[in-house]
Order: sequence, then C-alpha cells, then structure tokens
Amino acid sequence: MSIKVLTPGLLTSIQDLGRYGYQKYGVIVSGGMDAYSLRLANLLVGNEEGEAVIEMTLMGPSLLLEEDLLLAITGGDLSPAINGQPVPQGRPVLVRKGSVLKFGALKSGCRSYLAVRGGFDIPEVMGSKSTYLRAGIGGYQGRALLQGDILPLGLACPLPFAESLVRAMGSSSFAFPPWYVGRSYVLQKSQEYRVRVIPNSQFSLFSPDSRKQFFQEPFQVTTQSDRMGYRLSGVSLQLTEPLEMISEAVALGTIQVPPDGNPIILMADRQTVGGYPKIAQVAGVDISTLAQIKPGSKIRFEEISLGEAEELYAAREADIQRINITIQLQLAGTAT
Amino acid sequence: MTECNHSIQILVAGEHGLVIEFGSVIAPEINLRVQQLARLLHFESIHGIMEVIPTYRSVSIYFDPLVITRQELSRQVIHMLGRIEHQNVEDLLSSRVVHVPVCYGGVLGPDLEYVSRYTGLSPQEVIGIHTSKPYMIYMLGFIPGFPYLGGMSSEIAVPRQERPRERIPGGSVGIGGNQTGFYPIESAGEWWLVGRTPIKAFDFTSDNPFLFSVGDYLHFEEISTAEYFAIRRSVEKRTYVPEVSYL
Repeated sequence: MSIKVLTPGLLTSIQDLGRYGYQKYGVIVSGGMDAYSLRLANLLVGNEEGEAVIEMTLMGPSLLLEEDLLLAITGGDLSPAINGQPVPQGRPVLVRKGSVLKFGALKSGCRSYLAVRGGFDIPEVMGSKSTYLRAGIGGYQGRALLQGDILPLGLACPLPFAESLVRAMGSSSFAFPPWYVGRSYVLQKSQEYRVRVIPNSQFSLFSPDSRKQFFQEPFQVTTQSDRMGYRLSGVSLQLTEPLEMISEAVALGTIQVPPDGNPIILMADRQTVGGYPKIAQVAGVDISTLAQIKPGSKIRFEEISLGEAEELYAAREADIQRINITIQLQLAGTAT
Repeated sequence: MTECNHSIQILVAGEHGLVIEFGSVIAPEINLRVQQLARLLHFESIHGIMEVIPTYRSVSIYFDPLVITRQELSRQVIHMLGRIEHQNVEDLLSSRVVHVPVCYGGVLGPDLEYVSRYTGLSPQEVIGIHTSKPYMIYMLGFIPGFPYLGGMSSEIAVPRQERPRERIPGGSVGIGGNQTGFYPIESAGEWWLVGRTPIKAFDFTSDNPFLFSVGDYLHFEEISTAEYFAIRRSVEKRTYVPEVSYL
C-alpha cells in the first residue's frame, strides 16, 4: 500500500495537527496551516481527525496511487484530476489502483489537503507525524516530498459505504458519492480578506496613530510569507516609545511588529519564542482563513473581544462536530 | 532575595493562551519563580492544558477553552501562585550541571581571534573567562535545545554580528552581546563562534532527546582538537555519556 510521488509540487509535506509538549525545549509545533481543512479531509475518509495528510502549497504534486484507495481533498482548489478527469473536493473518492492524481492550476485558496483512508504509515517523532522542515524532523524523512518518494499507507478496514462506490465505479477510474461538505470559512469581502483579532496586552504601547491605522488600513501579504509567518506591508506601525523587549513565548496567530514597523503574523512553523512587541492576536477561527490567503492578497483587521473570540471558537467546534456526525452516518451507510 | 509576588500579572494571549508575568527584567530570582510555577503546573497536570512554556520572566499556558475555561484556569493558577509564594526560591535551585566539552579557536572556533582583538584579551584569557563558571539555563527556544544562558562575564561580551550567518554548524559555541550558548543543530545566527562542542544537545532519535532542561547549569570545558574528534566518534557510536555533576 503506497503512493509514489511523480512530481513533488512547490512545497508538499506530511502534516498532522502538530507536535505539542516540546515548545519548552525549543521544538516548534508545525502541523497543517489550515487545520480545519486538514481535519475535514480526515473525517471524510473515516480517519481520526488528526491523522497525517499531505499539505500542498500553490502548486500541487502529481501522485501515482499504487493501490485502490479512498481519499479526500479539501482546502484551496488546485484543480485536482485523476487520469486527466477533474475530481471534486470535499467528499470521499474511491480511486482505482494505478491512477495518477495530478494537481494543476490554482483556482482558489493557497493550500490543499489530501487525506487517504488509513493515513500514512510513517513513524511519529515526539508524538507527531508533522514535518519540521528546518530541523529535518518528522514527516517523510524530515523533509518536503521529492520526486520518487514512496509513501507507505496505513491499514484500515474498508468502509461499508465504499461497496456502493465500487458498484458505481464500473469501468471508470474513480467514483464518489453525491453528497459533499461545501462549507468554507474563508472570510472574503470583495478584494480583501477580513481577519478578526483581539488586541494584545502590548497594544497600548503602540502610538495612537498606529493603533487606529492597524484597523483602518489594509495590509498586503508579501512574498516573504511562508509556513513560519506572514510578513505584511502597509502602514508602518510604531511604538510610542522604544521598548526593551525580553524574549517570551509566542502563539499561533500572534502579530509581532519588528522595528521596521511591518507586522508579521506567526503561523504553524513559528519559533517558540520571540522578542518583538505584539500588537494583537488573530482569533483562532480565522487562522484557517489566513492559511488560504496567498502572497499579494490584501487583508484588513477587525477588532473583536476575547469573549467573542471564545464564542466563535466554541461555535466552530460545534459546527465541526455536526459535520463529523453527518459524515460518519454517511460512511456507515446508514443515511439515505 | 527579592520578593516579586506583587508584580505578578495574568495576561491574555488569544482565546487559547494565558501568560503569567513575574516581572519586567531578566533576573535569577524572577526566573526561579517562573520555573517554580512551570514545575507545579507540570506536576498537577490540569486537564485541558496543552503546553506550558517557561521563558525568562513569564510562563505561557496554552489550553483548550472547551475543556477548561479561562476563568477556571486563572483561579487554579492564582491558587498555585499562593502556594509558591511561601516557598523559598533557594529551595528550588536545580544543582544539575551539564559539562560541555569545547574545542576553542582554529577552524572550529573561527571568531575566537576576533573576540580576543575586540576585548583586548588573549585568546587563552577569553577561554579562561568563558570556562570559569557554570551558567544557568533561563530558557530553551529558537531551535530545539538552544539554551539561553545567564551570567557570562561582561569582559568577554561582544556586540552581535550585524548580518546573521546563513549556516552555522551544529555544536558551534558562540558569544553574542552579553549572552553565550551553543547551536544544537545547524542554524542561521548572529553570534561570534569561539569554539565547537562534539556533543549533541538534541537528538530526536533518542528516548531522551534533550540533554538539559530549564534551570540546569552548563559548564563549558576546554578540550584539545584530538579530544574533540575522539568524543565525536564516541557520540556517533552512541557510547558517549555526558558528564553531569551537582553543585
């Protein structure tokens, strides 16, 4: 049971929900940038939501599927096709052995996720299969995927509903059910993306002008943006007076402002500690939105309270649980 | 020793984060309080906490607000702060000293000459001061196992390089400003490299991936080039046992 990498794409790596518990030793969390899409992809093939998947960026890979397998693609739309035929996202797809899954032009978003039934049979390193690219740890040999890599797949019992897909497949190379999960949480307002933030305790250290401009002016995601962080350009944000900062822990979605005044949003591969003043914190529910924003796009920050962020988080998790239950019923073959 | 409980602040870091700040300076007594709380949180293992990260002067707690509310977590933390207030900071001192053998100068420490010229000391004097005492580990971060050490003599302080070097070999021992330490794995960095250690501070294939923890001490010790290569071979064969002593 394996998948062979024919062409690797721009940055394709194995990720799960991240490596927790070792930040106190300087080991970063890593994990999928768009955790929502990652979880959804796993749920659609009946995996645990945190199983390892393939994360691809802007330009996807071409993969030879060496066994019959059940897969799901979520997140950004990179025009996936099986043996040249477009394949839909957001649902389980049963694919015949020997097929080639090829990703093409970017239609929307920035990152796409591929989950396979049973997950990937690669060793966990410190409790996670995520690839920590800079340290060469985890994932597939500690690195992004390369041409010729052979990814071993985990074992899982066939799902009852897959039998109906086998019948539906006939002579074609893949089959999928009529139902799908189309929910997208990407918040786009015309040409700009909306990102909700909670002001940080150091917010008040910024000049009154900077505090105002932070919410009024748009920021552009620059090309120096990657899995570590999104470097933004726009108005330069300044402190009221210079501040001697002491390095301290930084979180997913922390917005730091280095001396040049251009904010950086810390993402999945952020360092464990940072020494720049922190103006705000992105609400947890909008991290997946950010993960799908590609360089060159504009974003605008919108202030919300901590209480609102907590409510949004609880509502999102409840939503995911409802989606999960619906999917499980479909996969068990009990739903009509 | 300074009492610092009056300046403790509980701060918010998004809906998943709580930061307990013990002061606004880098000082051993503040860092020991940080370690004290981090240790208590570790032993109590409160359900819903995902990670506890001690740094110079604060403890960051990442938690799942659906498992434990911020209010409940804050209440428990305040209770812990009350408990640790009555403990002597001195009682908490770790006495574990990890000895780090270093081959100074030459190809392995290409910037020793520069540090010597900058400080007006001879290379041997720089080495003498650098190895004169153990340094406390205030925190780990930046890259796996990278120790932020305190207590280096200002006599051998040198401002950091303006442009970071792209690739610093793993094991490099450096001086940057008032700080010293070593890079456990290859990394970019802006410190002046005075030597290299053959030992590994981070080995993810080991059951015990990290050589030291926050609160331990590091003591650099000079070795010859021949000893460097002998120890390196032993590290590669996994027969090397790091020397540990107690204060």
